[in-house]
Amino acid sequence: MAFRDDVRRIRAIVWKDLTTERRSKAGFNSVASLGVTILVLFGFALGPDAQALRDAAAGALWLAVLFAGVLAFNRSYQVELDGGALEALLLYPGARWAIFAGKLIANLIFVTAMLVIVVAVGIVLFQVRVPEQWPTLLGIMMLGVVGIVALGTFYAAMSSRSRAREVLLPLLLYPMLIPVLLASMEATKAFLNGDLLNASGAWVQMLSLFDVIFLVATFLAFEYVIEV
Amino acid sequence: MNLQVRAGEMVGLLGHNGCGKSTFMRIVATLLKASAGDCFVYGSNVKTEGDAVRHHVGFFSHVPGLYDDLSARENLAFAATMLGFPEADIDAALERVGLTHVTNERVRGFSAGMQRRLSLARLILQRPRLLLLDEPYNNLDVAGIALMNGFIRELNAAGGAAVVVLHDLVPAQGVIDRTVTIKEGRVVVPTADDLRHDGASPQAITLPAGAAGIS
Repeated sequence: MAFRDDVRRIRAIVWKDLTTERRSKAGFNSVASLGVTILVLFGFALGPDAQALRDAAAGALWLAVLFAGVLAFNRSYQVELDGGALEALLLYPGARWAIFAGKLIANLIFVTAMLVIVVAVGIVLFQVRVPEQWPTLLGIMMLGVVGIVALGTFYAAMSSRSRAREVLLPLLLYPMLIPVLLASMEATKAFLNGDLLNASGAWVQMLSLFDVIFLVATFLAFEYVIEV
Repeated sequence: MNLQVRAGEMVGLLGHNGCGKSTFMRIVATLLKASAGDCFVYGSNVKTEGDAVRHHVGFFSHVPGLYDDLSARENLAFAATMLGFPEADIDAALERVGLTHVTNERVRGFSAGMQRRLSLARLILQRPRLLLLDEPYNNLDVAGIALMNGFIRELNAAGGAAVVVLHDLVPAQGVIDRTVTIKEGRVVVPTADDLRHDGASPQAITLPAGAAGIS
């Protein structure tokens, strides 16, 4: 019964976060624009060499997702801080992990929507050949997104009460995300290059392991970081 | 600081700015952890049984705690879902606080007074057993003050307790049963009721216990 109540609360938080995000038009537009801008800048920096662009595509794409994602994570708690809504949210009875789960799912949907735009632009800009097994590539990218969003949502909660949260979040998040980023980039790169040596498998396994560790750790620790 | 509040009682907390009134309220509401001492709400320890305490407590803070991009109705629907209460009561709550004409409008366009009324509607939905009101009359007009006092009286009549932080006693006249003055985190010039703490340790705060509210 209690679990069903928590599921109801999770759904309510997801609905609330996505509704407020959809209505405040600046949110998604600015985050997606930043992701695209980063890709364009990488494109300029790499020059017109088609092979160089293709080789750098995976790295540029994940960095664009990461930098734009940080904006999204900060925003997801900014909504709670405006008008003291976080206080009201913490006063509702029920398990605190349900709040984290709701925020995590909403951020997953948000970042995935942003990823679709960034990937579409990246394919055109970096002249990437879409592999035949693109659903597998999509799976790899989702694994990477889960890792980034889990840690991003967690550290955004941790830094949300700090006045310097815009600076604090990247400082806390980026070093922790190195393993996820590395595994995501390498798995994506190997797959885009045809994965002739079957190198992506090992990176995918590592990515899956990081996801599991980060999800378990963040769910367990959230109650302590959100309390004052 | 020793304080016991009985069920059906409304206690006014007075004191200078920064004396600890809001800190006290936030500790009772489980928003802050006390560094020492104990606090019980209807027998549940706020330190160790936070979730049980949150089932009983309704906190009306100086900030509205609303989502600007949701409508009045959506804000209450979200609260009802989080609290596990039926959404069917939302219209009645909005009617009671006089916001039926802006039911589907976003909170972003509401005045401070309207936001306070909507926060009150959320408390009406919740009907807590212990009401914690931190400067509840701020930004409320005369009708809003009457609405707030009516809700407190109704809750007290039903056996609920209330603790209210006040700077001005006038709006709460006729509703407050007694006042407690806090200075530097301690109750000063305590009444006989404040001194009688039923054998609790000198560090204990008691809000409605058993038949009553904070210990």
